[in-house]
Amino acid sequence: MAIAARDFRELRLDGMSRAFGTVNALKDVTLSVRRGEFIALLGPSGCGKSTALNCLAGLLTLSSGSIWLDKDRIDGLKPEERGFGMVFQNYALFPHMTVRKNIAFGLSMQGRPKAEIERKVDEALSIVRLGDQGNKLPGQLSGGQQQRVAIARAIVIEPPLVLMDEPLSNLDAKLRLEMRAEIRRIHELIGSATIYVTHDQEEALSLADRIVVMREGRVRQVGTPEDLYARPAHSDVAEFMGYRNLIRSQVSSGAVTVGGATFQGTAIEQVSGAGVAAIRPDDLHVAADGPLTAKVETAQYHGDCFYCSGKAADGTDLYFLSPTKVQKGDTVRLAADRDRVLIYAS
Amino acid sequence: MSEPAQMTERPPLRVRLALRDLDGVTLLVLPAVLFVIALFVYPFVYGFILSFEPKAGGWLANYRKFFSDPFLYDTIAATFWLAIPATLINVLISIPVALRVRGMTHRRILTTILVIPITLGTVLIAEGLLTYLGPQGWFNRTLMMLGLISNPVRLVHNYTGVMLSLVMSGFPFTFLLTLSYLTGIDPSLEQAASTLGAKARQRFFHIILPLLAQGLAINLCLSFVQTFSVFPSAVLLGAPAGSTRVISLAAYQAAYEQYDYSMASAIAMIMGFVQLGVVILILAGRSFVYRGAAGGGKG
Repeated sequence: MAIAARDFRELRLDGMSRAFGTVNALKDVTLSVRRGEFIALLGPSGCGKSTALNCLAGLLTLSSGSIWLDKDRIDGLKPEERGFGMVFQNYALFPHMTVRKNIAFGLSMQGRPKAEIERKVDEALSIVRLGDQGNKLPGQLSGGQQQRVAIARAIVIEPPLVLMDEPLSNLDAKLRLEMRAEIRRIHELIGSATIYVTHDQEEALSLADRIVVMREGRVRQVGTPEDLYARPAHSDVAEFMGYRNLIRSQVSSGAVTVGGATFQGTAIEQVSGAGVAAIRPDDLHVAADGPLTAKVETAQYHGDCFYCSGKAADGTDLYFLSPTKVQKGDTVRLAADRDRVLIYAS
Repeated sequence: MSEPAQMTERPPLRVRLALRDLDGVTLLVLPAVLFVIALFVYPFVYGFILSFEPKAGGWLANYRKFFSDPFLYDTIAATFWLAIPATLINVLISIPVALRVRGMTHRRILTTILVIPITLGTVLIAEGLLTYLGPQGWFNRTLMMLGLISNPVRLVHNYTGVMLSLVMSGFPFTFLLTLSYLTGIDPSLEQAASTLGAKARQRFFHIILPLLAQGLAINLCLSFVQTFSVFPSAVLLGAPAGSTRVISLAAYQAAYEQYDYSMASAIAMIMGFVQLGVVILILAGRSFVYRGAAGGGKG
């Protein structure tokens, strides 16, 4: 029998909260996760995403709220009673055990027969493509290989839910891309629900079915990567999703004024008076007939274009792209499409 | 013209030494080396030679005498009989205590309290135990007053007294050492084990103990050497003529009661080699346990 996640219909977090002293690290998180879903918890450091993961794993107890797996309330269970697989940021491989023993650990704790353990370990090793490394100690493996062992160890127990705490943050850029694809492949292969904590929006966008953006212990927005990328619900979510131009300005009937130029925008939050216009650098482009004039301050070469920063006539900082070479001190004209200028309340 | 050419072929002495990690700073090790030679190497070699120059008989006469006189060779057994249980008690108790203390928020306060006996020294501990646990001490008087016993329990001037003192003075050392080894184990390893279904007991035997084994071996060695050379508490709290006649006492008597320095040196050498033997045995046992880092990965 192949390794497959234990079946369940729904994991439900209901008002999950956790306080440390007087600090609310996690406040009123409510979320429903289906089998097979890949959820990314995304937010800056200190936003409570790791706390949420530890609460799910049972490593932290809740201050209030509850966690349900179908009809069973599980927030009172110890981690060893939950049967969730967890991949730690530093992998947490047992340094005194071979790769095989590490992977077999969960199964032998369950008292499975030896033959079954051997078979499952073999299969897990082949899933993570480490077939020939089974008898090495973790210390003899590279970072990427250790990561694979950590994943194999978590999935071999066939958990309904796999929790991953910034698993790629210790890898170099090339390996990170490679492992990202691996994680998604393994997720689909075993069919578990995966909850993946990261502060890297690109990682979340490329991996997840749904992204939960968190800030200061609260959920700010839940949505598909497309939703979050195109329509962040709040200006702080927009900032986190790469809308570097957050321009405070007066809003009147869907138009904002920036550096003396008026842009037509799309109102995400209804506002008239003081508001914020959010524009991604990729959407603010150099155009000969653009309404906005800016003076270039820096220009970084990125292969197909230049990432530029500059100032509008009134001193507003601007970040934009230029398809052609520009230099410090150049004056350029900028334009943005109406549906890529998002307007929020300030 | 040839001079600079030579220079490039052969760098100056200073550079060559620096490449072998020898530079001005290395000289700072000299005082320590002199110290070790003066206070350890010289007395050891001197005593070693002295032990083969007995007052009477051939060069092995001292050793022959020691191993043919039960009054002398029995001291080895008597010392083992104290040192092994004391070492095991100290090291084994330090594990649960350190495990408990590790997770405490006010760890520093508790550690300080536990470490105070180190500052007291064996003589003060002996004095305290004599006063409190003696026939007229409050311990016996309380028990008698409560009617639990009719005659005082003998807790000092015997094996028990020495053992109590060895535990009191030895435990802080083993505890501190165990605690530091234990805190060196990455807590995420235990968390990982628990998410994989290991209960507290299984986490201890599968994760903590194997990673601690290396530290426990060192701890056993240090604790054993310390207790094997027990002298003050064996004299003050024990029965120096009977059950707690330890080997260091035999050496003391040879040196300062019979003024036979050669014999005393021989006993000291025997003591040293017994300790060395046990330490080698323990360290050899380490090859059966994991000896690498106790971290969880590249971190």
